[in-house]
Amino acid sequence: MSTFVGLYNYWIVIVLMMAGLYTVIAKGNLVKKVIGLNLFQTSVILFYVGMGKVEGGTAPILVHGDGAEEVVYSNPLPHVLMLTAIVVGIATTAVALALVVRLNEAYDSIEEDEILEQDPTT
Amino acid sequence: MIAENLPVLPIVLPILAAPLCVILHRPRLAWPLAVAVAWATFGVCCALLARVLADGTISYQLGNWAPPFGIEFRVDSLNAWLMPLVSGVGALVLTYAPRSLAAEVARSRHGLLYGVYLLSMTGLLGMTVTGDAFNVFVFLEISSLSTYALVSMGPDRRSLMAGFRYLIMGAIGGTFFLIGVGLLYMKTGTLNMADLAERLPAVKDSRTVLAGLGFLATGLSLKIALFPLHLWLPSAYTFAPSAVTAFLAATATKVSVYIVLRFFFTIAGVGESLGNGAVREAIMLLALVGIFVASLVACFQQEVKRALAYSSVAQIGYILVGVTMLTVDGMTGALVHVFNHALMKGGLFMVLGCVVARVGGSRLSDLRGIGRRMPLTAIAFVIGGLGMIGVPATVGFVSKWYLVLGALEAGLWHVAAMMLVSSLLAVVYVWRVVEVMYFQEPEDAPEIDEAKTDEAPFGMLLPTLVMIGATIWFGLDTDLTVDVARRTAAMLLGGGS
Repeated sequence: MSTFVGLYNYWIVIVLMMAGLYTVIAKGNLVKKVIGLNLFQTSVILFYVGMGKVEGGTAPILVHGDGAEEVVYSNPLPHVLMLTAIVVGIATTAVALALVVRLNEAYDSIEEDEILEQDPTT
Repeated sequence: MIAENLPVLPIVLPILAAPLCVILHRPRLAWPLAVAVAWATFGVCCALLARVLADGTISYQLGNWAPPFGIEFRVDSLNAWLMPLVSGVGALVLTYAPRSLAAEVARSRHGLLYGVYLLSMTGLLGMTVTGDAFNVFVFLEISSLSTYALVSMGPDRRSLMAGFRYLIMGAIGGTFFLIGVGLLYMKTGTLNMADLAERLPAVKDSRTVLAGLGFLATGLSLKIALFPLHLWLPSAYTFAPSAVTAFLAATATKVSVYIVLRFFFTIAGVGESLGNGAVREAIMLLALVGIFVASLVACFQQEVKRALAYSSVAQIGYILVGVTMLTVDGMTGALVHVFNHALMKGGLFMVLGCVVARVGGSRLSDLRGIGRRMPLTAIAFVIGGLGMIGVPATVGFVSKWYLVLGALEAGLWHVAAMMLVSSLLAVVYVWRVVEVMYFQEPEDAPEIDEAKTDEAPFGMLLPTLVMIGATIWFGLDTDLTVDVARRTAAMLLGGGS
């Protein structure tokens, strides 16, 4: 039970990740696939942020004065890394949506099976 | 000043030139800039290789922030020889590109394409040069995102779907890589590769590290198109513009192979990761199955680009078989094959680009009578094809020689035999094309003058012949490639950094 409750943040990550991956695989609508992909990438952001949290830790801003030595900080590095990952996620989504727009212009559809019907060899 | 900052120049030059290309926009202005920058990058990479061979590993601190807090660029004999390959092929294909693109892409998009192409090159070189695990992810995504855009600029609408599929698979692969890096960071508290290599042995048996390595392996397998995770590759290579295909086929998967070597050999150490018997055998089995299945599928394709794309999946199999043998000869073969296959496949796709520019397609039926109509192009294809089969005096022979030697050294007789048998499949898919080129007449062009040829434009033909010529040069003069590969192989298998 303690592994379940104590590590609840990782369980959330796993559920989100699998929901995203399932959406990418199972849905035929290209926009839904992109949303699934986004969910999948976002779960990793949560994973890193959870990883950097130190129990009882405060925001990593240097404290001066009395008791400064006892202050516990959360690890800021994973959080900073995720800024980059967020940018990457947005860029991926932007490129994916641009492609969906172009696909819609070319095939007049954003359903994978309808596109494959028009062009079976892709 | 320049000598000090040598390791960072291959990133800075193309990434600054990329937006300039987009701003200039007109192909007449953007192309000379892109070509000049690509060749300059190649020059810098060669200078780097020369320095590494002379003085050993170079460590460069980005912005003077000392590692492990700052990002370190680290050039050793493993990545030093990959950089001239990536930038050299990139520059050569870019030189060849304008006439090829003229036949396939709307002129208004050429400027954009050059910009994105340089970005893709930046990403690949960055993945190669960096010594920071998270930085690899950033450059991986730079190169991947620009590659999706490049693929979807192809001549017909099917390229859009190919690009979209590649994006989905690539993004999943990249994210898996990110999870893997995160798990390793959790356990070791560092992202610097040299630091990781020091701290991993102490925690190598923890489940976190094993899971991390598993995520890394899966993500990278998607990127290198290891069978059965290769599904994005054939369509992407078939429908992308020919010049883009030539560049990608020669470089993109190769750099990912390098990342595998970096993470599983110099960082995690052989004994800890692949040395684990079951994992090693599983990867070798997948690679062998991949060689046979992909080669067989290649034999039944009507579209020659698609046949060569499947052949690429098979060649990745050869490389991984060599890596998983864990012998110096096998590893040498794998490293040499990374280099050689880049030249051969890049050259073959450039030949197809020449054909597309003249005939308008690269299906088998389009290639009828090419032997007479475009004699030099056809000969270039034959030479490249002989390399794919592994005929002596071509580069293909050199790499297969070391791969088979490595298999024998490891006592894997059946693997050696299977590699030789699979070469026969290469004979089939190469011969089908050669037969059509030389022994079949085009149906609808009876009035072609026998003596008159219709070669591809000089600007395309020359780079193609240089690339194909290189496959013979490095097939005969093996000193440079095999020497460096052997030293690197010994370093990789010797463990440590």
